Amino acid sequence: MTTRLPRELIMFGMLGVLIAIVIATLGAAYGIRMLVEASCYAILALGLTIQWGYAGLFNAGVMGFFAVGAFMTMLATYPRNDAFWSSDAPGQLITIGIYALIGAAVIWVISQLHRIGLPRKLRSLLMIVTIGVVYLSVVGALDPVGDRIESEMGFVGGLGLPVWLGWALGGAVAGLIAWGIGKVCLGLRSDYLAIATLGIAEIIKAILKNADWLTRGTLTVSPLPWPVPRPDELGFVLARASYLCVTAVLIAVIYVLLQRAYRAPWGRMMRAIRDNEVAAASMGKDVNRRRLEIFILGSVLMGIGGAALTSFTGLFDPSGFLPLNHTFLVWVMVILGGAGNNLGAIFGAVFVYILWTMSEPAALFLFDIARSLGQQWFDWQPPSDLDSRALQMRVFVIGLTITLVLRYAPRGLLPEKLIRHE
Amino acid sequence: MAFLTAHSLFAGYGGANILNGVSIDIEADQIGVIVGPNGAGKSTTLKAIFGLLHVSEGKIALDGQEITNLSPDKLVHHGMAFVPQEHNVFPTLTVHENLEMGAFVRRDDFTHMIDQVYTLFPPLKDKRRQPAGELSGGQRQMVAMGRALMVEPRLLLLDEPTAGLSPLYMSEIFDRIIAVNKTGVCIIMVEQNAKQALKIAHRGFVLASGQNRYTDTGQNLLNDPEVAQSFLGG
Amino acid sequence: MNEIVFFINKVVIAGSVIGSIYAMGAIGVTLVFAILRFAHFAHGDLMALGAFFAFALTALMPGVGTAIGLPTGFVMLPVAMVLTALVAIFLDHAFYRPLRENNVKPVVMVMASIGVTLMIQGLIRLFAGTSARNFFFAESKDIFRLELPFELARRKIVITEPQILLFLFVSAAVVSLHLFLTRSRLGKAMRAMSDNPDLARVSGINTGVVVWTTWVIAGGLAAAAGTLLSLDVTLKPDLSFNLLLPIFAAAIVGGVGQPYGAIAGGFLVGFAETLAVFNWSILLRPLAPVIPDWIEIPDKLAFVPTEYKLTVPFVLLVAVLVWRPTGIFKGKVL
Repeated sequence: MTTRLPRELIMFGMLGVLIAIVIATLGAAYGIRMLVEASCYAILALGLTIQWGYAGLFNAGVMGFFAVGAFMTMLATYPRNDAFWSSDAPGQLITIGIYALIGAAVIWVISQLHRIGLPRKLRSLLMIVTIGVVYLSVVGALDPVGDRIESEMGFVGGLGLPVWLGWALGGAVAGLIAWGIGKVCLGLRSDYLAIATLGIAEIIKAILKNADWLTRGTLTVSPLPWPVPRPDELGFVLARASYLCVTAVLIAVIYVLLQRAYRAPWGRMMRAIRDNEVAAASMGKDVNRRRLEIFILGSVLMGIGGAALTSFTGLFDPSGFLPLNHTFLVWVMVILGGAGNNLGAIFGAVFVYILWTMSEPAALFLFDIARSLGQQWFDWQPPSDLDSRALQMRVFVIGLTITLVLRYAPRGLLPEKLIRHE
Repeated sequence: MAFLTAHSLFAGYGGANILNGVSIDIEADQIGVIVGPNGAGKSTTLKAIFGLLHVSEGKIALDGQEITNLSPDKLVHHGMAFVPQEHNVFPTLTVHENLEMGAFVRRDDFTHMIDQVYTLFPPLKDKRRQPAGELSGGQRQMVAMGRALMVEPRLLLLDEPTAGLSPLYMSEIFDRIIAVNKTGVCIIMVEQNAKQALKIAHRGFVLASGQNRYTDTGQNLLNDPEVAQSFLGG
Repeated sequence: MNEIVFFINKVVIAGSVIGSIYAMGAIGVTLVFAILRFAHFAHGDLMALGAFFAFALTALMPGVGTAIGLPTGFVMLPVAMVLTALVAIFLDHAFYRPLRENNVKPVVMVMASIGVTLMIQGLIRLFAGTSARNFFFAESKDIFRLELPFELARRKIVITEPQILLFLFVSAAVVSLHLFLTRSRLGKAMRAMSDNPDLARVSGINTGVVVWTTWVIAGGLAAAAGTLLSLDVTLKPDLSFNLLLPIFAAAIVGGVGQPYGAIAGGFLVGFAETLAVFNWSILLRPLAPVIPDWIEIPDKLAFVPTEYKLTVPFVLLVAVLVWRPTGIFKGKVL
């Protein structure tokens, strides 16, 4: 324990210096904006570090939970669309919702029919047919309503609720989706969870991008309200600083709760399961249930992180959800920071985010040099889209970082501390 | 010098040693049986000889050549073969393909060896096109031994060949082991059914806590009242 | 009759095309799963990489195809396959083997393969940009329109040269893979190692060679699938990511570690996709006189809009994981 504390102090001290340099050279407004974004990423990273670090669960779809959080906060906090609410569309939507619920109930009843003696095969067939019919009729009813909303009213708009409620809803819905996925995949090996989360993330993105009546799709929604006064009232520095206070408090609360949980019997059990599943199961621990809990908890945090970041940028843009920025960048933060160490996740998030933001001008600068040198010395005709290609270099670097860290520093810069329980 | 000598081996799976100076020596035409209570290091000794476990101290020599800590695939070339206790066949491969896999290191024609295996284990011949996973436990054990014999080993290591078999099959397997030995193959096996195994053993090794307790001919060990009382269940 | 022809064009041919692509990808994924026991996420990028090798070769030597009478991209395919196989071996050597030797958990291998995915993606886009490219810039794509010997069928069955080549290639690949796995010494060793890696090792099977062979087959088929798909449509750098989920779904639906299952799974996923996005109204409309009046045939009756095509493999995947995790062909459950 005695050697650990200085290491963390040194790391965070270096981080502080880095931040100071950024603020000094690029200005306070820019620096604080970067910090706010980094703090939102820190919430995402905390969500991932408990899934991966505490429980060894592989979530390759952070982006999906991020997007759900973003969407829910948009839906909850964006001002109400009066054109929509004064029409009969809400009523129609509710009717369709009721139909869907009835359909779901029928499906559930059919799924129980084997209890009264229906052969299982027949039940399954009946179920598949019913699912098909219910699905087709609900979608068939929804399509014209959606089209009408889109052409007459733009989109459904928001609910005008307070921002914190939007964030909470974002977390809740992300948790709900995690519950569904976890139910299916957590009994199997992690590879399956990785594939399933990757898939669900892409599907969530596809829905958000194409359901124009609900999300405005590629037209994007902005500006989203802030939990604190916006820059036009307070000026950039002050407004962003107060936003930073909100996210910092949020992180502090999450951190304290997670630390307590980590040291509590619950956390000890999680780690026991991660390190030796068979032994834990043979001691009577319900492995899959514990895993489901932590998978949901992590996803809730991801939803909140996504909501906080989207509120801050003020722009809901479904095409902007990218596996690279919203899944794999978070991965790098967690494994570089040290999986299973909450402080490591926060450190990794801030550190990697700063590097990530700085890498854009750096890559452009490097390629600019390469271009001029190439032209001077070799009479090279660079392709016209060299700048956009230069940015792809960062994708390569992220990938390389992942593989190198896994091989040479698998425990990260701030490794998980082993607590000895006396 | 004996055909195989393993001299005071120390080995373990990380942490504490399981073998604390076990020694095994056997002549080329003999059957050796290792017996002892659970945790005595019987299987570990076999694995150490076959290079599946790092030997930290001690020396193993086969026919005068040192083979300590050689990898299993090299040892196969030296004329050694090993039959693990569990998961010792390729379940989706046919019996015939299992035998072919045993001969993977051979570049020459090995059809005569396949015929010999079918002569040694007649039940396998009819089942040669069946996946090994569909056979009964005893037949699977035969496939496993047949697979190991394909390289025409000089030394065959068997890890509890009768584990989980009915008494009827057990004696059949012991008969086969004697038959294999008659073809000139040296055999070292680990057995739970110590009494029956020692009956066919030229040499018996009684291990306890990773050390040799008694070493003698099988018959002498069976007759030794002390051994009988402490290790053979009276 | 026109409607049937339309169905053949839109479902039978299109489904076979995409099914063949998925099958070739899924074979690689399932073999890597069987031998190295992890889900290889970089497989889609091996496909994209192979296609780019073929494209680069085509751009370098555009006249070769016309001389032989085949599309240049197809002529370059063997070279692209070899190059991709070499890259696959290199990747294993540089990134996967060190981890394997450290006995890491399989999920760490999955993560490493995602790292490799990003590296390949970055490099491809760095060197080739992000725009879509057409293989047929110097030659024309042969399109065959087959007339049916019926009076009523005015529409024609349309099939392109790359599609015919694809079907021929897939059939040849499947037959050779079957012969390789059941007849050759190395193929049997591969099945043995998939069955029981420890026993394979004590039998003296050279597991290193088996691992190499696995990467050669997986890389070669990935390159073929990527190139043949790009010949049929266009070559896009985001090819890899869209293919990944269907390929995994195909491998798991077929049964992990089962090459034949992967083929079946590939076609199943391919046809499920095309059937789900097909507009069934077209087939129903001629039946209008028979259908009672109170049932109205909607203009568009597809199970899934094209934008949500990705949900089809996902739903199949979830269904299999829930009801039969071993897949159709009783594969492994990892």
